[in-house]
Amino acid sequence: MPKVTVDGQEIEVPDGATVLQACELAGKEIPRFCYHERLSIAGNCRMCLVEVKPGPPKPQASCALPATEGQEIRTDTQMVKTAREGVMEFLLINHPLDCPICDQGGECDLQDQSMTYGRGATRYHENKRAVTEKYMGPLIKTIMTRCIHCTRCVRFSEEIAGVDEIGAVGRGEDMQITTYLEQAAEHELSANVIDLCPVGALTSRPYAFEARPWELKKTLSIDVSDAVGANIRLDSRGREVMRALPRVNDDVNEEWISDKARYQVDGLMRRRLDRVFVRRDGKLTPASWDEAFAMIADAKPGSGIAAIAGDLVDCETMFAAKALLKASGSSLMEGRQTGMDYDVSNLAAVNFNSTLAGIENADAILIVGSHIRWEAPLVNVRLRKAAKRGAKIFLVGPRWDTTFGGEFLGTDLGVLNDLPGHVGDAFDAAERPAVIVGGAGLKGAHAKALALASSWGAAFNVLHMAASRMGGLMLGYAQKGGIADIAKAKPKVLLSLGADEMDYAAFDGSLKVYIGHHGDKGAHHADIVLPGASYAEKDGTYVNTEGRVQFAEKAVFAPGDAREDWTILRALADALDLKVGFDSFAELQGAMIADVPALGEEGLADYGALPEPDMAAKAEGAVASYPIRDFYLTNPIARASAVMQQCSAELLGPELAEAAE
Amino acid sequence: MADRSPAPDSPELRERWGGFEFTDAYRAKADKAIARYPEGRQRSAVMPLLDLAQRQVGEETDTQGWLPLPVIEYVADYLDMPVIRVLEVATFYFMYNMQPVGKFHVQVCGTTPCMLRGSDALFETCKARGMKKGHVSDDGLWTLTEVECMGNCATAPMVQINDDNYEDLTSERLDAVLDALAAGESPKPGTQEPGRHTSEPAGGPTTLTEMVDANHDYRDSW
Repeated sequence: MPKVTVDGQEIEVPDGATVLQACELAGKEIPRFCYHERLSIAGNCRMCLVEVKPGPPKPQASCALPATEGQEIRTDTQMVKTAREGVMEFLLINHPLDCPICDQGGECDLQDQSMTYGRGATRYHENKRAVTEKYMGPLIKTIMTRCIHCTRCVRFSEEIAGVDEIGAVGRGEDMQITTYLEQAAEHELSANVIDLCPVGALTSRPYAFEARPWELKKTLSIDVSDAVGANIRLDSRGREVMRALPRVNDDVNEEWISDKARYQVDGLMRRRLDRVFVRRDGKLTPASWDEAFAMIADAKPGSGIAAIAGDLVDCETMFAAKALLKASGSSLMEGRQTGMDYDVSNLAAVNFNSTLAGIENADAILIVGSHIRWEAPLVNVRLRKAAKRGAKIFLVGPRWDTTFGGEFLGTDLGVLNDLPGHVGDAFDAAERPAVIVGGAGLKGAHAKALALASSWGAAFNVLHMAASRMGGLMLGYAQKGGIADIAKAKPKVLLSLGADEMDYAAFDGSLKVYIGHHGDKGAHHADIVLPGASYAEKDGTYVNTEGRVQFAEKAVFAPGDAREDWTILRALADALDLKVGFDSFAELQGAMIADVPALGEEGLADYGALPEPDMAAKAEGAVASYPIRDFYLTNPIARASAVMQQCSAELLGPELAEAAE
Repeated sequence: MADRSPAPDSPELRERWGGFEFTDAYRAKADKAIARYPEGRQRSAVMPLLDLAQRQVGEETDTQGWLPLPVIEYVADYLDMPVIRVLEVATFYFMYNMQPVGKFHVQVCGTTPCMLRGSDALFETCKARGMKKGHVSDDGLWTLTEVECMGNCATAPMVQINDDNYEDLTSERLDAVLDALAAGESPKPGTQEPGRHTSEPAGGPTTLTEMVDANHDYRDSW
C-alpha cells in the first residue's frame, strides 16, 4: 500500500494502482481519452499528463505510471495546465469543428474536456486531415474524420468481445480505424464501442440525428431481452423510447449491454396492440373493453382458468394473474412456454448460484447445452475473463464460436456419465469449479449435472433465457409436468400474459385471452386481445438468472388503449366478480411481497441450499441444437424491430440459410 | 510517399492470389522463423513471414514483390491470428509493399541531409528515365518512391533499390547503377565514391589519423 501525495494531500493507494487512479482516489479529476477502467492501458492520447516527483522533469502520462511509495503528484501546476492545453490543441488540429451536426454533441468527452482543459482558440491554419467513412455494420455509424485514435474500440473488440475485427491500419497521420475490408462488426456486443468512443467517430446508426441528449428523459430500467437483467437507462422523448444505454452495475452487466438490449427499443413503436380485439367469425375485430370482459365472463370459467406467463413480463403482472387465479380457485400457472418440466421444488437447483460476477473467478467450468454467446452475451464476457485467468472450460453440445477457447466434448449428453479422464482431472484439481446448465441441457442432464457438481464441490448454475423466468418460478409459475399439465387440465379460459413462444394448438378448446403488447404469435392465436404495456411502459420487478431482484421504472406511456397489465387483470377480476385484494399498484406490490418476501428486497434472493443430489442419476439424450435459432429475433419486441430484423438478415442471414438447408 | 492502402479486393485479385501457398523453400524458412519463438507465440513471427511472402510473390512476378490481400490472409491463417492484426503490421511498415511494384523498387531518400546533398537531382534523373512517384514504369522495371531517412546520412544522398543501398550518388552515378541493373548486372552496393569503402570520412580520416597504418596508443595525449 504505497503512500503518495496528490496536490499536497497524502493518501494511501492500493498496490498496483496507477498515478491516475491515485489522483482519482484523492478526488482530482484527470482528463483522459484512451484510458478506460475495463480495458488495457494504451497511453496514447497523452491527455492525462501530471507532474510527478521523483522522475524526469517533464509531464508524465498518469494512466500508465504506477504509483509508488513517496511520490509527489501535482495536478494543478502551470506545467500540467500548459501540457494539457498542448495535447488538446494537437488533438483538435485534425478534429473537425462539426459539433452542431455531430450526434455525440452534448455527451462528448472531447467537447467537455476542451471546454475545461483546452485553449480558447486555435492557432492552426493549415488544411485538416479528412478520412473516408468505414462501414462497420448496421449498428455502428462512422465519421472517421472525427477519430482521435484512442484505440478504445480496438481494445474492446480484442479484449472484451474476444473477436479481433477492429484494427488500426496505417501509421502516424494516416492511421485509420477500420474492420478488415470494412466487414460488419459481427458480435453480440459490437455496439458498446459507441459508448466507448470518446468522440463522435463511432455513433449509433439507428439513432443518427434523432435527438439531443439534453432533450431526453432518462429512466432507470432493466433489460428484458435475456435473463441477465442488464441495468439499462431508457432515454425517451414524448411517448417514444429513443434509445437504451447501459448503466454501470459491476455485479450484473459491468457497463456493457448486448446489441439486442440496445437496439430492440425501436420495436416498441411497431406492431403494437393499441386497442381491444375479439375474434368474431374467426376474425379479430376491434371491440371495447366491456365487450371483451363480458365475453370472458360469459365463458364462466369458474376454477377452469389458467395463466401462461411470457418471457418478458414483470413479477407484478404475474402476481396479479396469480391473485386472480387464486380467487377463482385455480393454480394452473406456467411460465416455461416451450414445454420444459425440470424440477423446481428447490429453486437453488435452477439458479445461477456462482453469481454472474463470481463465475469469472471459476478455474474449471463445464457448460452443458448452452450457446452462451446468444443466450447471455454478457455471461460470455465473464467466461472470457475466467478463461484469460486460466480457467479450463469444457462444453457439451453442438459447436459454436466461443470467444474463450474451450473444449467441446460432443453433442451426446451421455458423455457426462463417463467423462474423459483429463476433464475429471481438471475438475478434481480445480479450487473453484463451476457447472453451467443451459436450456438445451436441462431436460437430459439436470440431475446428472447436479450430481457432478456435488461430487466436485462445484458451484451449480442454470442459465435461463427469459427475463421473467426466475420471478415466475418464485411466484409458482410451474407445474410438475410443465405446460402439458395445463393442457391436460383443459381450462375454459387461458390467460396468456404475453406468451408468444408457446404452442397454442394444445389449447384449442379454451377461450384464449392474450394480454400483451405486440401483435406476435400469441395475438394471432388469441380469441380476445387485451392490449398491455411493454417493459418500458410499466414499473415492475424482475429477477435475473442469478436470482437478483431488480426494479425497473416506467419510461413512457403505453400507446392507444393499452393499459398496464395489472390494471387489466384487476378489471378482469371485477368482470368475473372476484376479489383479488388490491386496488393500486402499491397494494399489489405489498400483496406480492407478503406472498414472496424475497421480491421486496433488491439484491440476490436466498434460495437456500442445493438439494441432495441423486448420485445415481444418468444423463441421456443429445443436444441436437440450441433453443435460440436467431440471436436478434428472440422476443416479440425484437421481432417487431426493424433494426433487429436488419441485423438478422445482414449478420446472420447467410448462415441461417445454410443451416436450414 | 507510397500509397499505403491495400490493393482493392477484386475477383481478379482473388483469382490470381487466392491459391497462394509457401513453396517448400519458403515454408522451411517460415517454419524456422516461427521456431524462434516459444510454442503458442507463433504470432511473433508475423514480420519475417510477411517478408518471406512478399519475396515469394516477387519471385513469382519477377518484381520486388508485394502483399495482395489473399496473401495477407494466408499469413494470418498460417500463424492462426486475426487477419486484421496482420494487416495492421503490413500497413505500418514501409518495407511491405501494399501495391504492385516493378522489378526494381527505387526508394530515393528525400529527407534533409540527402536533400542538401542533392537528392533533388536524383529524382530528376529518375524522372528522366520515365519513372513517376508511386507508379510502375511502362517497361515494368522501375517503381519510384520517395522515402524518409534511411540512416545513411554520412554518405548522402542515397537510394535503396530492393535489398541494397547505393550511396554518395550523383545523377551520373545513379544513371550508371540503374543502367547496370537494367542490363541484368549487379552493381556494387554501398558508396559509389571512388576510394571510399563505407561511411568513413570522405577524403581520408580526420581523426585517429595515427591509427591508419598501425595501432597507436593515444592515452598519453588525453
